Amino acid sequence: MQPSPIKSRPLYGTLVPVRQATRHIAIAEGEGASAVTEAFRGHDALSRTIILFSPAPRSTDCQQETLLASLACEALHVASGVEDLLAELVTTLSAATMGTRLYVSGSEDFIGRVTSEALHQGIDADAIQAEHRGAPTRRVQCVHCKGFTDGVSASPAPCAHCGLHLLVRDHYSRRLGAFMGVCIDAEAPGEIPPAETFGA
Amino acid sequence: MSGGVQFPVRVIETEALSPTVKRLRLARRDGQALPPYSAGAHTVLTLDGGTRLIRNAYSLLGSTLSGGAAYEVAVLRSPQSRGGSAFIHDHLTVGTDLSLSAPINLFPLNRTARRHILVAGGIGITPIAAMASELAALGLPFELHYAMRDIASGAFAAELAAQHGDRLHLYVSERQERLSVRDILARQPLGTHLYVCGPERMIEGVMAHARIAGWPESALHAERFLAPEGGEPFALRLARSGISTVVAEHETLLEAIEAAGVDAPYLCRGGACGQCETRVLVADGDLLHADHYLTDSQKSCGQTIMTCVSRLRGRELVLDL
Amino acid sequence: MTLSFNAETFRDDYTFANSPEAIRAFPFPFERDDYTYTVNIEQHVPGPVQSATEFPIHIDEHYVAEMHDRAITLSQDPLRCQSLPHMMTAEWDLLELLMTSMATHYPETFTLTRDGDGWHWMNRPLGLDQHFTFGDASTLPHGPMEYVTRQCQGDFCLLDQRDDNLWMDAGMVTTQADWSLDFDLGMNFMEWHAPVPLAHDLGIFDRALKFLLNLQQGRPVRRLNWTMTVNPRLDTSPENYHRWGIDKASVTPANVGDKVHLRVELQALWRLPRSNAIVFSIRCYLIKMDELVTQKKWARRFHRVLASLPQPIADYKGLARFRDTTVAWLSRHDDGLPTSPGFAPD
Repeated sequence: MQPSPIKSRPLYGTLVPVRQATRHIAIAEGEGASAVTEAFRGHDALSRTIILFSPAPRSTDCQQETLLASLACEALHVASGVEDLLAELVTTLSAATMGTRLYVSGSEDFIGRVTSEALHQGIDADAIQAEHRGAPTRRVQCVHCKGFTDGVSASPAPCAHCGLHLLVRDHYSRRLGAFMGVCIDAEAPGEIPPAETFGA
Repeated sequence: MSGGVQFPVRVIETEALSPTVKRLRLARRDGQALPPYSAGAHTVLTLDGGTRLIRNAYSLLGSTLSGGAAYEVAVLRSPQSRGGSAFIHDHLTVGTDLSLSAPINLFPLNRTARRHILVAGGIGITPIAAMASELAALGLPFELHYAMRDIASGAFAAELAAQHGDRLHLYVSERQERLSVRDILARQPLGTHLYVCGPERMIEGVMAHARIAGWPESALHAERFLAPEGGEPFALRLARSGISTVVAEHETLLEAIEAAGVDAPYLCRGGACGQCETRVLVADGDLLHADHYLTDSQKSCGQTIMTCVSRLRGRELVLDL
Repeated sequence: MTLSFNAETFRDDYTFANSPEAIRAFPFPFERDDYTYTVNIEQHVPGPVQSATEFPIHIDEHYVAEMHDRAITLSQDPLRCQSLPHMMTAEWDLLELLMTSMATHYPETFTLTRDGDGWHWMNRPLGLDQHFTFGDASTLPHGPMEYVTRQCQGDFCLLDQRDDNLWMDAGMVTTQADWSLDFDLGMNFMEWHAPVPLAHDLGIFDRALKFLLNLQQGRPVRRLNWTMTVNPRLDTSPENYHRWGIDKASVTPANVGDKVHLRVELQALWRLPRSNAIVFSIRCYLIKMDELVTQKKWARRFHRVLASLPQPIADYKGLARFRDTTVAWLSRHDDGLPTSPGFAPD
């Protein structure tokens, strides 16, 4: 894997269960379920593993859920959306003890939101692994109005809150789980270059 | 210069805490206040040992965290001592003049942690007790585990019991009491950090248990102070200064450099901070790296050496100094 | 020496100006006639009398107006001042550093009386008289960092040291060169420097971090950094970029002297005693081109530096739209004569 040219952006790897962990929590959205399945299938950690899953937005496909259920882990919790899933994560982490490892997989937006919430719950950054699956969309915070826009696939992109056209800077905050978006036409109002989609 | 800000001080009080541990109370000779410091900090004492300057690092005790009138340190008479601690035990009395460096902290508390587990063995209690004092003052949750050979060698035990009540857990090996790392580590909430100071073997044991229990590296902290050991003498040439000298059996490389009149960089004098890293120009022999700073691959490259704890087994070492 | 303070603004009508004394005290950052990127860290020891580095904390004729401008910025955006919960000890360390330095070096302006933990602070130009208990935040109208930095020129970041890294976990940042405390809060040293071009590959940040991790109590260090700003605006934040960015397009050959400013940051770093944190102070100095060229040496040298600046650096510093116009204007003040060594004016 190439090191990230964006020094503030986390590097995503491949999920590998940490054998000595006393408890594993895997949390995935949409295609992230495949990463969890590949990492944990047949692993003796499964008896100590809780999986939290939510299907991709607007997906009606149950295949991922069936795949996860086939792993026979300690507990599988399927939520209807990311908000419910994050609430479930908070509950699970609040009772967790040292020795717990967290595995996250899904879009970069999703990884960012989960990581930011998990750190807030006190887990150490090096107890978290993340694997990127799905479209290379980014979660962007507008530096002007502070609103978050999810699923941004190209730059510049309009802010979903204040409507300014944002250049998505190569600068990422783990605390916020988002890239920085800055007004692109401040120096020449109305001059908005064509959007370029993000690579993986 | 190289050791940072120095304060000329005088011994104003000494106390034998046990047959082998002596507490020193040191105040500035000009009557000015000493700065506050954070728990885990150490100071380097510089004293005139007659034939040589002795420079040893000691953890600052929790009793003087807020600085002011005096600092306190506790010195164990070390059987492997190259003379520093023995000299302090035998010759330092009230009125002795020496100097100390501004506090340096290479073993700090992680202030983002939600709970702190402090584990000490023997004289390793000195930074650990300071941590307990600071955490108690800040009202943060902690537990303190202190293992010792016998009650007589357990300097501070009574004082700590009075200060911390049931947050203190004592283990006296003479009474067959064993510190069970496994039990201590079980069921600790997320955000708990572990700090260990004591004999190298104890540190390794506790760390190994924590890793087996799945604790992440960032939650594990150990004071990696090394008492530099002597070794065979070897020739030393300082290329830039044009000085040739010999590093004697009971002398460190850094001490030999200083004795030759060269102001070389240092901070911790214990192989931890990296400040004394020096470029090796020629090594006619094997470099014996004893520090915790360089990576294994850097050690095998042999391009640099930490002069405070490492040395040469061989004929001559040439340094870029 | 009694300080006198300018009535001036850093927004709207922009009445900010430097007196001849302030011009001579300006920390001109170029030692050579061409641009070179250096970390240029040196010990923060007292500099010449009446210079920006005469005292560890420099208070000057802009003090009252700058503090007023900071208050306006904070009232519009309270996120410019933030502190994570574990930084309270470092906040007190900072308050002690600033109050003792200001009271020691400007005794006619500030007075600090300490009786154990009972402190009494008097700030004459801002008309403040505060008794409080050191270590008890409930005895101050704001948190200790916010209280003291509402009364001290310069931005301040508190860096927590852990995991062999520095973490930007608190700060008061209202006079910044286009970076956001709210966005960078909680980042480590490598992360918050991510947007800086080139320097990462040169290993500059690795070396700087290694150096700072061993920064010692009582041995502060400093360096100068610079950029340029159109209009004497202190709040060149990304938050308000959609408001001030347009100013960059307003530079014409006729208004360079009044509109274009060299903006120098005197950055200093201190190890703090109780918290083992580091305070990173970023004091901003502004000088308009008309004022700069009153010093012949600076006019010649700045012209040459600006002309030789590599394009990626000019882009990163946000100078692209007005660099050429400014270089052309400055060329009229550069007679091609050699410049004397050092930073100081002739």
